[in-house]
Amino acid sequence: MSKTNFTRRGVLKTGALTAGGLAMPTILTAASHAGFTNAPSGGTVTLGFNVPQTGAYADEGADELRAYELAVEHLNGGGDGGMLSTFSSKAIDGTGILGKKVEYVTGDTQTNSDAARASARSMIEKDGAIMITGGSSSGVAIAVQGLCQDAGVIFMAGLTHSNDTTGKDKRANGFRHFFNTEMSGRALAPILEANYGSDRKAYHLTADYTWGWSQENSMKTYTEALGWETVNTVLTPVGAGDFSSYITPVAQSGADVLILNHYGGDMVNSLTQAVQFGLRDMQANGKDFTIVVPLFSRLMARGAGENIKGIFGSTNWHWSLQDDASKAFVKSFGTKYGFPPSQAAHTCYVQTLLYADAVTRAGSFNPCAVVEALEGFEFDGLGNGPTLYRAEDHQCFKDVLVVKGKDNPTSEFDLLEIVEITPRDTVTYPVDHPDFQGGSLGSCNAGA
Amino acid sequence: MLGLDKKDALLFLIVVAMVVLAPFILNPFPTDSSLAQFNAGYPDLMQRFLIFGIFAVGFNILFGLTGYLSFGHAAFLGVGSYAGVWMFKLLGMNVLLAIVSSVLMSAVFAVVIGYISLRRSGIYFSILTLAFAQMSYALAYSVLSGITNGETGLQLSHNDPRVLGASVNADGSLPVPNLFGLEMRATETLNIGPWAFDFNAGYYVCAVFMIAGFYLAIRIFRSPFGMMLRAVKSNQQRMHYTGLNTRPYTLAAFVISGMYAGLAGGLMVSMDPLAGAERMLWTRSGEVVLMTILGGAGTLIGPVLGAGFIKYFENIFSKINDNVLHGWFAFMPDGLENAVVWILHPFIGKGWHLTLGILFMLVVIFLPGGLVEGGQRIMGLFRRSPKDGAKQDTEASKHPAE
Repeated sequence: MSKTNFTRRGVLKTGALTAGGLAMPTILTAASHAGFTNAPSGGTVTLGFNVPQTGAYADEGADELRAYELAVEHLNGGGDGGMLSTFSSKAIDGTGILGKKVEYVTGDTQTNSDAARASARSMIEKDGAIMITGGSSSGVAIAVQGLCQDAGVIFMAGLTHSNDTTGKDKRANGFRHFFNTEMSGRALAPILEANYGSDRKAYHLTADYTWGWSQENSMKTYTEALGWETVNTVLTPVGAGDFSSYITPVAQSGADVLILNHYGGDMVNSLTQAVQFGLRDMQANGKDFTIVVPLFSRLMARGAGENIKGIFGSTNWHWSLQDDASKAFVKSFGTKYGFPPSQAAHTCYVQTLLYADAVTRAGSFNPCAVVEALEGFEFDGLGNGPTLYRAEDHQCFKDVLVVKGKDNPTSEFDLLEIVEITPRDTVTYPVDHPDFQGGSLGSCNAGA
Repeated sequence: MLGLDKKDALLFLIVVAMVVLAPFILNPFPTDSSLAQFNAGYPDLMQRFLIFGIFAVGFNILFGLTGYLSFGHAAFLGVGSYAGVWMFKLLGMNVLLAIVSSVLMSAVFAVVIGYISLRRSGIYFSILTLAFAQMSYALAYSVLSGITNGETGLQLSHNDPRVLGASVNADGSLPVPNLFGLEMRATETLNIGPWAFDFNAGYYVCAVFMIAGFYLAIRIFRSPFGMMLRAVKSNQQRMHYTGLNTRPYTLAAFVISGMYAGLAGGLMVSMDPLAGAERMLWTRSGEVVLMTILGGAGTLIGPVLGAGFIKYFENIFSKINDNVLHGWFAFMPDGLENAVVWILHPFIGKGWHLTLGILFMLVVIFLPGGLVEGGQRIMGLFRRSPKDGAKQDTEASKHPAE
């Protein structure tokens, strides 16, 4: 190795310099704690909208962002007020939140836990966001929820359907309005039995991440309870693009139902390819081969076009609902953007309103006060009928829609028809349901 | 000083000063000004600068000195991350535990991958390392999801054993990574007039490792071992003909640079205890190659500059959206404003890759030596006299790879 010529003076000098440098932050300490993270000062409050702008779920992300912009406009008193007028709680009055004008920052989750967390951290640390919301993937939602818990801000989950978000990975600072796979299973099972009977053989193709696993598990539980047999379950990578190698074996497997636990662009591709392979024209075990897509959305239906006709699935909300709240939301979204909102847009809009309402009722932006205001909150007039934010797991309980791809669509948006509205009591599961165990909320964190 | 010659000591001191004073340097604009958008002095990004700086400095020991272009270094970053999170889950929340285990685990992986990949050189070596990294990614993403939690990413949970600490805090929250009680996320904000400067504990922990890592890199560059590695780069065959076995040297360089990557992974999870499989993806491996080349391969400071440059773009440029642009060009007449925004739209927000790509092309075409060469040329403009020019040439030949 090279010669070492440490001199005592040299070492002392460098040591002192380094120590001085490291001690700098402690010397220059200036305490500025306001009781909780990012307490808004001045006349504005910043919300962080963290949505996928690239990747397999980019369509959903774009629609979520539109809904957020609309919600901010309504909160600040602009536009026609949308669902503010139908919401059962009248706390928010169109003057921002607690009199502070609502501003927002956006970020790209890239449907990737790492990127989503980086983007959320920068919103919290740099832009001073007091609440983070969004996401179109359960993996991302769980990752960001954990981050928000640690940082001491509220996380209002966007589109996330895995049981784990409010099951084993639930957090005190996180809230979910969207439904979950357990509810999908409960709502879909009776419809599947009525249409396809109780003697079927199912083949699952499943997106390989928390949502897919959860969806597959729920569908297996409920279809097997009907008497169906599960022939095989195959995991596919998220964003695979080409599913032909996964679909080819289905025809030879002896199955007569294909359950596609896919979402977004993945579902569009896998369904289109399954139809192109002629699966739906096939006969197996003396029955017509059918396809089921447990989680449906209009954006996916549009992507898949003709192929979705007659296919059953479940959804959180649909724009063709005829209650006043849904009509008001569809009208103001349609006026601004020229087309009806998706279920992702709906849940994001509602989450923003619910947050603003909770802050107003609590009279404080303090996350712990907001948590208290949301827990056990019973409301109506946001498009899903009477809804409860259950205190034990921060999950909303409301009606679930079972939908079917429409045979004769009248427009490019009129693609799904509502087969049944499964009432809230049917889809409500007990807090100690085995699929939701293994985690705990912990206590709310207000940060520094 | 510290066994460095005058020039290196100066460089080292500059790096130390930059790292220690980064919270000031990176926040030049007052918080309320419209230019605050360009401030980079918030903890998350400052930590990233250092962590990816370490990653790139380590990569440069392999690529810059031996010329072996590894396309799989992200695997070590990922292995380090997973090892770190498992330490948090199993043993305790002290970051030193996580960092030590990250470095050791990535060293083990580097020995295995290096031993096999270094049997070939050039493009075949690159492909082998790429294959290993993609295998690691596939394993982490689905096959081993019991260990890695697949796409969701490995996180702390309420029922981890954590032998040397509590599984859950008394108030029901999860413990956070700390250094003997000093929480990594602890931040002090110093307000001077309209400016706000963040001093973050985690950042200064990264800073200590970065400075130590940079010092070690200088010593390796200037050691006989480093000379041997440069010889491998300039003509390996000739070394073989003289009867010298270069494999131990290249393997050592590979393992050292793998350990740097592991250290970066360990620091990443110490700052934010989550490890995702995407960390092993080939794009991450490519990113570190870009950082090194953009900054200047084979130079000491280059990779650090490159890492900072790319991370700045990723985090700052990607946040500029159309609304912000409309704000900037509001002074123009409406039609012109919309036209300008329309032209700039593809280059901002999610289009930051495009901007970075163009800059990368410009740098590679006009400054083959990277940003460091750009800096040298600018310096050269200010002190160019025939005598100085000659002196520079001799200096350059003294440290040929710089």
